[in-house]
Amino acid sequence: MFEYAPAPESRDVVDIRPSYGLFVNGEWVDSLGDERDKTINPASEEVLSEFSIASQADVDRAVAAARKAYEGVWGQLPGRERAKYLFRIARIIQERSRELAVLESLDNGKPIRESRDVDLPLVAAHFFYYAGWADKLGHAGLGADPRPLGVAAQVIPWNFPLLMLAWKIAPALACGNTVVLKPAETTPLTALAFAEICRQADLPAGVVNIVTGAGATGQALVNHPDVNKVAFTGSTEVGRMIARSVAGSGKKLTLELGGKAANIVFDDAAIDQAVEGIVTGIFFNQGHVCCAGSRLLVQESIQDELLEALKRRLSTLRLGDPLDKNTDIGAINSAAQLAKIISLSEAGEQEGAQRWSASCAIPDKGFWFPPTLFTGVAQSHRIAREEIFGPVLSVLTFRTPDEAVEKANNSPYGLSAGVWTEKGSRILWMADKLRAGVVWANTFNRFDPTSPFGGYKESGYGREGGRHGLEAYLDV
Amino acid sequence: MLATRSIKTTAKAQAIDLAISMVDLTTLEGADTPGKVRAMCAKAVRPDPGDPSVPKVAAVCVYPDLVAEAVRALGRSGVRVASVATAFPSGRSSLAVKVEDTALAVEAGADEIDMVIDRGAFLSGDYRKIFEEIVAIKAACARGESAAGKGDAHLKVILETGELATYDNVRRASWLAMLAGADFIKTSTGKVSPAATLPVTLVMLEAVRDFRTQTGRMVGVKPAGGIRTTRDAIKYLVLVNETAGPDWLDPDWFRLGASSVLNDLLMQRQKMATGRYAGPDYFTLD
Repeated sequence: MFEYAPAPESRDVVDIRPSYGLFVNGEWVDSLGDERDKTINPASEEVLSEFSIASQADVDRAVAAARKAYEGVWGQLPGRERAKYLFRIARIIQERSRELAVLESLDNGKPIRESRDVDLPLVAAHFFYYAGWADKLGHAGLGADPRPLGVAAQVIPWNFPLLMLAWKIAPALACGNTVVLKPAETTPLTALAFAEICRQADLPAGVVNIVTGAGATGQALVNHPDVNKVAFTGSTEVGRMIARSVAGSGKKLTLELGGKAANIVFDDAAIDQAVEGIVTGIFFNQGHVCCAGSRLLVQESIQDELLEALKRRLSTLRLGDPLDKNTDIGAINSAAQLAKIISLSEAGEQEGAQRWSASCAIPDKGFWFPPTLFTGVAQSHRIAREEIFGPVLSVLTFRTPDEAVEKANNSPYGLSAGVWTEKGSRILWMADKLRAGVVWANTFNRFDPTSPFGGYKESGYGREGGRHGLEAYLDV
Repeated sequence: MLATRSIKTTAKAQAIDLAISMVDLTTLEGADTPGKVRAMCAKAVRPDPGDPSVPKVAAVCVYPDLVAEAVRALGRSGVRVASVATAFPSGRSSLAVKVEDTALAVEAGADEIDMVIDRGAFLSGDYRKIFEEIVAIKAACARGESAAGKGDAHLKVILETGELATYDNVRRASWLAMLAGADFIKTSTGKVSPAATLPVTLVMLEAVRDFRTQTGRMVGVKPAGGIRTTRDAIKYLVLVNETAGPDWLDPDWFRLGASSVLNDLLMQRQKMATGRYAGPDYFTLD
């Protein structure tokens, strides 16, 4: 009897140009090369716009502009003046948040509910937070008068395009650095919109430069000799390459890489709340989250009850048009990512795990994958070890707290973990033992600009967010 | 998040009618008079005098001494009479008085009894006392052979979630009431703030869902107090649909304890039919 009506957010609020150049030295410029690429809406495969693939010469030009702005303006500006610009940017983001949310959902495929209620508020909060630090760097515990590094080369992924931009640009500018940023090739549009916001905020020319492109552009950027700092968020594989190429160059490096987080549910946990947390943990943003709780470790005694509740909950998730306010699960960001998810899921079946997928209608066009879970997963299965980066949950069991810790830590990654229990002392005991940058207790995927974020082991190094996030952009 | 689904056009029209048919139209004031109750009963049967297609509400809810008046006024309309009992709203009286209070309301013809639990006993950990009280009141709801055609009165147990304070307590009290034989669990008396909230109702819906899974018995849920607009009412219906499931989308299993929400539902209903909003003077204040 209860039919939910489509409630699509209007596309009219966004103004996408048919083609974009690069944002260098405060101006839109044409690429010096002639390579171009298209960005599509992953929910419909419709072409949204065309953008430039920045060449080596473009990168040289952008880094030179950033250097000039650093030497001439930004590096000399008192903190309180830098703060004014950051506050201004934060306010403009708030004012334009509806437009940016729609743009993000169009380009990335994530549900509007998430871009509107999670991404955009966090983006603005990040700028507000670091704006507050700009004139207080001497009180961050990093020396009386810590100096900026210079030009920062920043390469960000496609899963949270604007949020990752904020995580990179806000602390860099607050500390007095200038920036050349490369967004991912499947999601350049919000970064290009951010370039407009920089102009709107009258940010001095060259302080923020945006170069679009794929792997080669990123390589040219991080290898550029006049860059003082490299910040990368993305896959462990690319992170390794960057670490190798930056080694010995004197560039300061932070890497935020993959994860295979354990979400650990003890038998005394509140089941319904844990189920919500598991859903938030792995099905939020179609599982395209580096800190996603992709391994569910459930105490054996409550496995059946929990899985039944989880399947029931997954059956109510709505997959479809990302711009529809009813949608819980949006589109997979690209055909390549979808292929990877499918191939790892097949590997899971071949290795003997049992697959269960929520039954939901898959739209004809676009890239989609239904919420899926695997039971009977062993530590040795690929789906328990490799990052799938999709809406796929591997369910494992444990019997004692020690076994839970052992299994959770038995991974090359160590970005995040979740613990679900009513017992406070057990939360503290677990948090102490888990080798993960973030441990969430009775919640998951909760972010705040004041809280540092980063990994152990192959999940990378350096911290973003909070006071700790300043260290990456200061000469200490 | 669950309650933010979008309901429009046909589904909205159906949702509004469903919500109207789930309303327990309530008056629980010291100043209640037989005249006030009669007026409310008339409204319960024909919520919108100008539009016979509007469904009647589920029940009227009154104090025990006005049950007879309501029964007379409603006649064979099919609208049920609910009565609060057991020293409503505080529940601070002896068991003997509570049982007698209930028995008299049942005898006067109440179809449903809304009892309150002893929150003092709950908060001091004396769960057995509450369990036994509910069992005793349930027994008092039974009608003798003499009552021709009428079955036993249904028992709604008011948890008064605003005084239980935590969700753990709400969940525990829900189970306690269901195990003791409640036909419905109800959030609030309406005399304590906060009254019904979406999170509290979510916890109770999860409880009835799990109770049916484990025992096979279905128990109804009634949020009461603080539901004022159509928007609120629809949020509750969405919550029911997504948590307990569509089986509960029925006046037999879900009620809205409210009074002011009815006029807003009528106003929205008319707006959907005519495309225009009428002023508040076009809806009767009973």
